Amino acid sequence: MSRLRQLWVCYRLQLKVMMFSPFEGFLQVFFPLMFATAALLVYRVNNDPEAMLYAGIGAAAMGIWTSQTTTAATLVQRERWAGTLELVVAAPTPFAFVVLPITFGMATLGLYSVVAVVLWDWWLFDLPLQVENWPGFVLSILMATFTIALFGFLLSVTVVRYRTAWAIGSALEYPGWLLCGFVVPLALLPGWVQPLSWARAPTWGVQAMRASAAGESPWFDLAMCAAVGLAYALLAAWLGNRLIDSARRHATLSLT
Amino acid sequence: MTSLRIFFIGGLMSFRALFNWMNPWIFVPTILLGPITQILLFAYVGRAAGVGDDEFFIIGNALNYAAIPGMFAMTFTIGGERFAQTLGLVLVSPARRIPLFMGRALPVILTGWGTAMFGIVSGVWALDADIPWGSFPLVGLVVAVGAFATAGIGLVMGAINLVWRDGATLGNVVFLVLLVFTGTNVALEDLPGWMAPIGRCLPLTHAIEATRMVADGAAWGQVSGLVGTEMLIGAVYVVLGLAALRWLEQMSRTHATLDRV
Repeated sequence: MSRLRQLWVCYRLQLKVMMFSPFEGFLQVFFPLMFATAALLVYRVNNDPEAMLYAGIGAAAMGIWTSQTTTAATLVQRERWAGTLELVVAAPTPFAFVVLPITFGMATLGLYSVVAVVLWDWWLFDLPLQVENWPGFVLSILMATFTIALFGFLLSVTVVRYRTAWAIGSALEYPGWLLCGFVVPLALLPGWVQPLSWARAPTWGVQAMRASAAGESPWFDLAMCAAVGLAYALLAAWLGNRLIDSARRHATLSLT
Repeated sequence: MTSLRIFFIGGLMSFRALFNWMNPWIFVPTILLGPITQILLFAYVGRAAGVGDDEFFIIGNALNYAAIPGMFAMTFTIGGERFAQTLGLVLVSPARRIPLFMGRALPVILTGWGTAMFGIVSGVWALDADIPWGSFPLVGLVVAVGAFATAGIGLVMGAINLVWRDGATLGNVVFLVLLVFTGTNVALEDLPGWMAPIGRCLPLTHAIEATRMVADGAAWGQVSGLVGTEMLIGAVYVVLGLAALRWLEQMSRTHATLDRV
């Protein structure tokens, strides 16, 4: 029970902090919104309703990815700047249980971005969301959000010793949108790139969203999404412990 | 002579001191990888949508990315003085303001130009696009004018950053506006009717159009009007930026808000 309370308090507190930050609260929604707009403007030129719907569904989910890249990469750095990283690491609560609720807070902002982009597409492009299987669709969005939060967890611990981690996170933005097939069918990408796409949980999440929207079964994609997300979590937990231990041993936690 | 020294040496020193993106750990992912991945993203969106060709997206996005150093570096090299607690020293100096601030723009323009040209060359290589090498001197000239215009809007943002501390958010918002409105990925005539007039008032719009024409074999005479318009727009933003700097400097003295961070 105390663990659940710690996770909830950490999630709620960090979500409030992020919601009031112009960079995280506003830009994390505005950035994917404008990129989704740019992509849909390209699709709009030929005005193929099927292609527009395809792009519209993927574009809606772009914000979930954005909510993690730069922000999760700077998660540890922000604690470092605030002078709280040593306290967090020294606390009896495992480091993973501090980081995870923060990345879930970021993912919640990503969910907000999904709603914003769907409404925006409807208003600007007259593109209402057409979904055959709503429960499957909502479940797919939640699964994509959940696993992208786990990716954020992995990213945040991977770059723990990288002083300018935000640049890495920022550089992951466009490749993620491209490789996960948010607005481009994976079949168009070169063959050697496709295994990279399969190793990304959002790829399966977006495919599950599209399958649900088309009335097809999303279960295989959802299962793959969950499996890849679980792999992220296990890798992050293992890597996180090793990197934090190493940083403590070499006294490089503060990077000063 | 003093003004020239402030313009060249002072500008370069400020750029090196305050634009911390020159650190390779930031420079490579943001300035070098950034344009390539943005080009690839939209080139594939274009292929999926059956719109334009790779060359169209390479040029649009490479020039759009020139705005990143154009805006962020200008913002950092002006607004950054406040965070470094040196703004008061800069503003009480008797140095003339035009060489003082325009000197900071020169390295920014060069960086923006380099970013866009790197994006074009990398995009051509990665997507096997067809831009004749013979057109590159003129492409380089047009891109330089585009980089100047983005430095102009960067100067305005640097001035705003003297009173509004969140330069990173502002820079991103302006970058996104340029992405959508300047014809980066969709020709102006294919944008909704209300968007094109806004795009024509922004930096990069005319430079992107001119660069595409040059890449398609147009001669200087065919693009000189567009390049001149881009230059004029850049100059207007520079004047606006210098005026805003003067006004905000006076305001910050009056309200004693110069070093408020």
